[in-house]
Amino acid sequence: MTTSIERTWTAICVAGAVPEWSGVAALLDDGGQVAIFRLPGGRWYALSNLDPVSGAAVLSRGIVGDAGGVPVVASPVYKERFDLRTGECLDAEGVSVEAYRVRVTGGVVEVEASP
Amino acid sequence: MRKLVVAGHGMVAHRLVEAVRAEDKSGEWQVVVLAEETRPAYDRVALTSYVDTWDPESLSLDGADYAGDSQVELRLGDAVASVDRSRKIVVTESGHEQPYDALVLATGSRPFVPPVPGHDLPGCFVYRTIEDLDAIREAAQRPGRGRRSAVVIGGGLLGLEAAKALRDMGLSPHVVEMAPRLMPLQVDEGGGGLLRRLITELDVTVHTGTSTDAIEPDGERYLARLGNGTELDVDLVVFSAGIRPRDDLARSSGLEVGARGGILVDKSCRTSDPAVYAIGECAAVAGKVYGIVAPGYAMAEVVAARLTGGEGTFPEPDMSTKLKLMGVDVASFGDAHAATEGALEVAFNDAVAGTYKKLVISDDSKTLLGGVLVGDASEFNTLRAMVGRPLPAEPGAILAPAGGGAAVGVDALPDAAQICSCNAVSKGAITHAITEEGCDSVAKIKGRTRAGTACGSCVPLLGKLLTACGVEQSKALCEHFPQSRAELFQILQATRISTFSEMIDRYGTGTGCALCKPAIASILATLGNGHILAGEQATLQDTNDKFLANLQRNGTYSVVPRIPGGEITPEKLMVIAQVAMDFGLYTKITGGQRIDLFGATVDQLPLIWRRLVDAGFESGHAYGKSLRTVKSCVGSTWCRYGVQDSVGLAIELELRYRGLRSPHKLKSAVSGCARECAEARSKDFGIIATDKGWNLYVGGNGGATPRHADLLVSEVDTETLIRTIDRFLMFYVRTADRLQRTAPWVEEMDGGLGHLRAVIVDDKLGICEDLDAAMAKHVGDYADEWRGVLEDPEKLAKFTSFVNAPGTPDPTISFRTEREQKVPVLLGIPEVKR
Repeated sequence: MTTSIERTWTAICVAGAVPEWSGVAALLDDGGQVAIFRLPGGRWYALSNLDPVSGAAVLSRGIVGDAGGVPVVASPVYKERFDLRTGECLDAEGVSVEAYRVRVTGGVVEVEASP
Repeated sequence: MRKLVVAGHGMVAHRLVEAVRAEDKSGEWQVVVLAEETRPAYDRVALTSYVDTWDPESLSLDGADYAGDSQVELRLGDAVASVDRSRKIVVTESGHEQPYDALVLATGSRPFVPPVPGHDLPGCFVYRTIEDLDAIREAAQRPGRGRRSAVVIGGGLLGLEAAKALRDMGLSPHVVEMAPRLMPLQVDEGGGGLLRRLITELDVTVHTGTSTDAIEPDGERYLARLGNGTELDVDLVVFSAGIRPRDDLARSSGLEVGARGGILVDKSCRTSDPAVYAIGECAAVAGKVYGIVAPGYAMAEVVAARLTGGEGTFPEPDMSTKLKLMGVDVASFGDAHAATEGALEVAFNDAVAGTYKKLVISDDSKTLLGGVLVGDASEFNTLRAMVGRPLPAEPGAILAPAGGGAAVGVDALPDAAQICSCNAVSKGAITHAITEEGCDSVAKIKGRTRAGTACGSCVPLLGKLLTACGVEQSKALCEHFPQSRAELFQILQATRISTFSEMIDRYGTGTGCALCKPAIASILATLGNGHILAGEQATLQDTNDKFLANLQRNGTYSVVPRIPGGEITPEKLMVIAQVAMDFGLYTKITGGQRIDLFGATVDQLPLIWRRLVDAGFESGHAYGKSLRTVKSCVGSTWCRYGVQDSVGLAIELELRYRGLRSPHKLKSAVSGCARECAEARSKDFGIIATDKGWNLYVGGNGGATPRHADLLVSEVDTETLIRTIDRFLMFYVRTADRLQRTAPWVEEMDGGLGHLRAVIVDDKLGICEDLDAAMAKHVGDYADEWRGVLEDPEKLAKFTSFVNAPGTPDPTISFRTEREQKVPVLLGIPEVKR
């Protein structure tokens, strides 16, 4: 048996609104928040904005870089690093945040999220 | 089971109990400790540091209460009063009778007070226990006029320690020594001459070669009459003229005592009664009493070994001493006074650098016998370990100033050489721990071997041994930059690279992280590269710098406008109050004499600052690794006791150094008199007014590792003061590690405070002109960061809650009311395993 969860692409902002090596926060229709990050070379990532360690919605304000080549964002509260590709935390066992697919269509950044 | 009774609970007695408990695998001995003092053994060697905290806990020794060890009973405040050797029973002051199978007398010593007329007046003290220091402090704090002063009778090691403690309490100390030089037991004439000069420079008046004839009451104060005719007006007197062994129990119970006092013991530390031992300062081993802790520890180990079936005899003790007094190194080792027949002396006296080194060598000039070091004792551990061994180089080459000479490395030492003399740990034991037991840090070596855990003077050698064993102690900033922060500073300064991306392309690897990005952003800001949010720099900053506010636990920020020196008009207070009310902010007075406004969201920050900037406020940099505040007392303008305008100076300094980006935050304070109401000595740089000028203290710290700042220059005018602070700060921002406060920076500096003074006061490195120019540029280039944001639409655009819904507040933030103000409602926070 296969289960399919329907997801839709939600337009967020123009690509120019997100400078390279930084993140922005966006509000989804369901009240959820995503943090969208831009790296050079057209690499875009999106994670839940809610830092599971501090409980604050702040991941978009973290510093973006890498850990041994893995692209990461460091939470601005207690500095745990999260893998931008998967949402997995590198510094706390068993902790992760949701990772979203993100694309740029016609200069507009879109995130794939549950409706 | 057998009873071991220990009379006394000082450092040596504690070491004995520890050693017996470690060796006595079968639990044969039930230990009863009968102590005179009402607190467990504490670190009396570090007594002077008690003045920094006035917290007895700071001197406590690990495990000295034997909590959880049912084999040890510690009876405090109930000293042994008599010993009945025929019945093998001791009787305590309270009348408690305690039978023993073995008795160890560890009653220590008492300070010797010479029978000078007036020695028993209420203003006369001794210097041995926490209670003595508490009593001195109470006397020092009695109200009086002007700077208080004190005289220390005795210029030996302990006398200088006492002088330091008195100086740290804000008194002007005098030291009187009968011998022609200070520390006559440890240093020779040449070293004594330099020591006197260095100690005098530190605000201590030295009188040598004279007796003290009388102490006379003089109103509320005292007059100390010296044999050379000098009369000293003082508030109190401290005697530290040596110690005398406490051998009363031996005398009253018929045990033999030494010709010059002390309980006579043989090399196994046994008295004339085989069931009774004596250790520490009360014991006379083969007739000789030892007044330092290391031989006492050796005696404790001997007795512990004997009680648990081992052999052990008291080894020839190492009487080497090394201490740092008010930043001045003094050390002597081996045959420091060239008492060996035919011994040769080679000395190097550098009056400019303020160092004196002497080696004592055998008559064939091949073997090192001993030596004296004053001003710089960094080679103490290696040289001491070489005593009795062939010299690795010509004596002249060993003595030559660092850099020019054939410095003695740890490599040259044999495995048997003792590195830590407090705990008798050899080089071989340490290298074994490194190479065979996987110790790859100084902390791990300490844990495994106990080396470096007592006085700590051998800690630098532990680092060198790690390096010698091929263990690299990385100074790399992070995985992206192999350089230290100081090296990165030099690169950025020399190459004038102004972006992180160019820096990491040329000098690093990968794409950077939350360690190197803010560190390099900070250096770029120090060097002056425009606004901290200009261009790429915005992506390097920690969230606090990115939003020019302090992130709080619920994702909101706090706002702190600058209030220089803590001085503010009622009108400006009303502006802050009105802003807080209009934006619903929680308000609290900070420790740095300003006002913190909490609970602002990112979109509110520019609106709040628009109002504050219009009213004449500017950024307080509470969010930055930069100058926070210069706190002040009210000073001579209002205060009846103030001798200088501390508020005026604090404002001048705060406006001069505002915005200076540094490796960590910087705090300062100015006190208008010696009462020190601004707590300047807990700051990175603190200034205390005297009636002749300003005293500048540096390297202080509050927080988790409190440290009193050290006196750098005294009684200077305002211009000299500011020039010295300029150089101190610039030298710090250029050379410190990432997140290293000034306190550890000063402590870890090679050559310590003496080196710092040589660099920024005497311009030993010839860099002062450059430091002065850098500070002048900083002062000239300063611009308010918040005004810079408000004037630039591009920067303002970043202060948005949601890129797709600007102005919509973060729905996860909510508040409740507590004590009539709003506070965050916290979300459920999951447990996280690290």
